[in-house]
Amino acid sequence: MWKRDESVKPATPPAQTPVTTPSAPVAVAPAASEPRTQLGRDNVNIGKSVIIKGELSGSEDLTIEGHVEGRIDLKDNVLTIGPNGKIKAEIFAKAVVVLGEVTGNVTASEKVDIRDNGSVDGDIASPRVAIAEGAHFRGAVDMQRAGAKAQAKPAAPAAPGQSQPQTQKVGA
Amino acid sequence: MADARSLTDLFGILGPRRVGETASVVDTSVTHVTEVSYPTQALQKFLRCLHGADNPLILDLGPVVGSNVTFFGEQLGCRIRVEDVAGDIDKHVKEGKLEQLPEFFTGRFTQEPGSVDGILCWDILDYLDRPAAQALATALCRLLKPEGCLLGLFSTADTPGQVYTKYVVVDESTLRYRTYPGLRQRQRSLLNGDIIKLFKDLRVTDSFLMKSKLREMLFRKPAPRA
Repeated sequence: MWKRDESVKPATPPAQTPVTTPSAPVAVAPAASEPRTQLGRDNVNIGKSVIIKGELSGSEDLTIEGHVEGRIDLKDNVLTIGPNGKIKAEIFAKAVVVLGEVTGNVTASEKVDIRDNGSVDGDIASPRVAIAEGAHFRGAVDMQRAGAKAQAKPAAPAAPGQSQPQTQKVGA
Repeated sequence: MADARSLTDLFGILGPRRVGETASVVDTSVTHVTEVSYPTQALQKFLRCLHGADNPLILDLGPVVGSNVTFFGEQLGCRIRVEDVAGDIDKHVKEGKLEQLPEFFTGRFTQEPGSVDGILCWDILDYLDRPAAQALATALCRLLKPEGCLLGLFSTADTPGQVYTKYVVVDESTLRYRTYPGLRQRQRSLLNGDIIKLFKDLRVTDSFLMKSKLREMLFRKPAPRA
């Protein structure tokens, strides 16, 4: 009665081998069966055995634990580089959270957050930047003034409560 | 009526300001690692020098401090280039190549000459021998724009222990000194005349001898004569 149904028992998972994609652009779309894991409705995870060379673009939040070389374009979404992520790419996103390694320039329209043990070798352009104690950063930071930002993007003015950058992590 | 600044100075005379019970010591297990706050006079003048500049470029010679990047970015809307010179010194100590530091500093910075609006030199020159300090100072003078300014801190007392200091900006009149272990200790304190000779291409605009046993000096690069 309580015997487990062997017919639904999952097969032994295959050994993970690195998957290298061709250097053609890779689009991350909600309906796509790849990348590997769908964490939630709006967050895609690229696993640590995945290697992508080329251009990566999409319209949902993305977490990368694998290797990416080339260019990452998530202009309206949050990109998280996980602790195992290694990126050699130009990054464009709404917000970027770095817990792994990034080599290349990072441009974010909202915020760049380098967490403890995160590493960035490259220039950062973002109105808000947080670098935690223990993070590695080598490069330049370009933070536009609120006024300059508004001039650059007249079509999307910030709400009154959001016009000033928030207080950043103290103790970094 | 006493204004806020004079009260700050008065508290500075009484000694280091308490940051808070939890923030006063970062890690008690590591010798010489401490964290105290002191008033600063030169920082606000440094900021004032750069307020007129449009999207100024600042070179920060200390290790990266996230809240400083935020502070200067918000205050000045600037670009900040972080170049950890203490890390360079430690690397040379590890490799036993300290005598190569002067040559290293000559080609260390990739920025165009005359392209930097402000330099946060902090106290890094205290850790260098005279030839290396001169090479670094000369390289920095070359990088500064005319009318650009440089903030330097110089110890007036010998400090034991191999520690560097991160200067965390609390506000424009307060710095938090946070020490961390390094591979080199401060060298002999530089006298006022020595410092002026190091930066002979710059003009000293302000000099403050602080109760923290640091001399804060602000330099400005003169505009070329017409």
